[in-house]
Amino acid sequence: MKLEHSKKKLLGMYERMSLIRKYEECIYFLFLEGIMPGSIHQSTGQEACAVGMLYDLKTDDYVASTHRPAGHCLAKGVTLQSMMCEMFGKEEGCCHGKGGAMHTGDINVGVIPSNAIVGGNLPIAAGIALSCKLQKTNQVVVCFMGDGATNEGAFHESLNAAAVWKLPVIYVCENNLYSATTSIKMTTNIDNPAADRACAYGMESEIADGNDVLAVNAAAARAIKRARSGKGPTVIELKTYRRVGHSRNDACGYRPSKEQDLWFARDPLMLFRDYLLKNDVSTEKTLDAIDNRIEQEVEAAVEYAQNADEPPESSALLDIFWKGGQI
Amino acid sequence: MALIGIADALRTGIMEEMHADETIFCLGEDVDIEGGMGGAFTVTRGLTKEFGPERVINTPISEILISGVAVGAAMTGMRPVADLQYGDFLFCMMDQLVNQAAKMCYMSGGTIKVPMVMRAPCGATNRGAQHAQSFEGFFTHVPGLKVICPSTPYDAKGMIKQAIRDDNPVVVFEHKLLYGGSRKEKDALQTSGEVPETDYTVEFGKAAIRRKGTDLTIVANLLMSYRAQEAAALAEKNGISCEVIDPRSLVPFDYQTMETSVKKTGKLLIVHEDVYTNGWGAQLSAHFAEKCIYDLDAPVMRIATPDTPIPFAPNLENFVIPSKERIYQAIVDLANQ
Repeated sequence: MKLEHSKKKLLGMYERMSLIRKYEECIYFLFLEGIMPGSIHQSTGQEACAVGMLYDLKTDDYVASTHRPAGHCLAKGVTLQSMMCEMFGKEEGCCHGKGGAMHTGDINVGVIPSNAIVGGNLPIAAGIALSCKLQKTNQVVVCFMGDGATNEGAFHESLNAAAVWKLPVIYVCENNLYSATTSIKMTTNIDNPAADRACAYGMESEIADGNDVLAVNAAAARAIKRARSGKGPTVIELKTYRRVGHSRNDACGYRPSKEQDLWFARDPLMLFRDYLLKNDVSTEKTLDAIDNRIEQEVEAAVEYAQNADEPPESSALLDIFWKGGQI
Repeated sequence: MALIGIADALRTGIMEEMHADETIFCLGEDVDIEGGMGGAFTVTRGLTKEFGPERVINTPISEILISGVAVGAAMTGMRPVADLQYGDFLFCMMDQLVNQAAKMCYMSGGTIKVPMVMRAPCGATNRGAQHAQSFEGFFTHVPGLKVICPSTPYDAKGMIKQAIRDDNPVVVFEHKLLYGGSRKEKDALQTSGEVPETDYTVEFGKAAIRRKGTDLTIVANLLMSYRAQEAAALAEKNGISCEVIDPRSLVPFDYQTMETSVKKTGKLLIVHEDVYTNGWGAQLSAHFAEKCIYDLDAPVMRIATPDTPIPFAPNLENFVIPSKERIYQAIVDLANQ
């Protein structure tokens, strides 16, 4: 059987997913050990959403992420070392220590600082898309949100205008069933909180299995094509599941164990690994070698970041305005 | 040199900048609909004809969107000039202004700039509590925002051009009774003044001395700078010489000009339509208490709108908004201390 994607691309996607998993697991450990400052909102279990959506984007395409940004950042090409340095609050961090876990990003690879206000990135993404359209750059914008963001006013205002103005933006809802700890079913009277609403704005929508990286990638390809050819925005709702709590202190006591078991059995990395083996794209040995190499890279990044310099205290008073501006 | 009002001066400034820089575009509610008003106060009237609908965008009534689009576009190479009819609607977009626009440069470690202009008509004009507020002080409390309040046609053109060229988010407060132009507001002042047709800007953080004097210093902005000048003229007749200073921009703020004046007069009266508690005058008062107390011959005095919402009934509105008479009385009281 001829596969739709090249071996190089498939292994590239696996490597990115593996990187996100190892990164998040490492961060989790460092927090539990009390080694790393701050808070964490992890995307473990949602790796297929990030990699499937972003793998085919160009470097200068834009991504607007959320308080759960690590997967999106790594998938789009923010470097492991600069992210790890940011997590430790170091000068060499992607935001020079002024962003932290919830604001990671690097404009040089199209990732604007991630947004810790639920829904806050949605109108900004519309603005970036308008900018691309007015400047005729042919860039596209991928804007992520969780299921909870669909009940924000910003969701309504942004999707309405994006549709009216035919903006090159893709609004991706990673529906992991819980808005922090509250089930989306408790707060929303429709099955698909993002996709079911798209028709209200005259917008195209798709629902895809967010744990199947190839299904996500196929939906992404259609939406990217639509956006780049001037046909306007798309809502993509990805059904997925966190393998961890909402944040550092969340032990997920609100999730039924049967539900967890069902989703954990559909782990995105495991599913993709099975696919690669069954279709003779790769071997256990090769995939293990990738995993091991990445684990070593993550460990090296931790060691580097721990030894890196803190930002000078005087820098706290800089960058309030552009070009280092102080008041 | 043309004799025009503030609305026309703002429009002239915006148009000159749009001709010079293709990355500038306007957006807002009813910003220029054919047969419409051109925003609520005519500032953007006729821009579509000049620049086309791609650069003059009539938005849905969606303040989160307007501000968010301005932030996103500004981050990626454009210079948006956004308008929302009445400044009170700024509160519908506080997340975008305070959490996004103001923090993006800082959060990104100085790698992203947000050159956007947010225009906001302010001031009480018999429209009730939600189309009336003067809350400049609110925005001076947000690190990362610049806040300006031009009160003359010359400053309006020069400062809107400076705001558009600035690489940071700038909130522009324009007083509804000072616009002049074709939309007649009851009790509006005739602000027409000479505005050069040449390209010029007015630097932020430089106050303007509107009237020279020796006995006491009055710092007042927007409509209050006019009322303060009227009260000062009356005081002059009664032997009290007032220096009236218009700060013009609140962030950055020109403390130097105020300090120099108070060194001479020894007395400071602050007048604003912003409410009393934590209005921008509170910061100025604190500055003098902390840094210049030995230059003062009497305690700083503040005249402001009391801490109330703006009432509708004309007599009540007149009661709460600082009047020429109230300012005059304060001048006399302070002069006698």
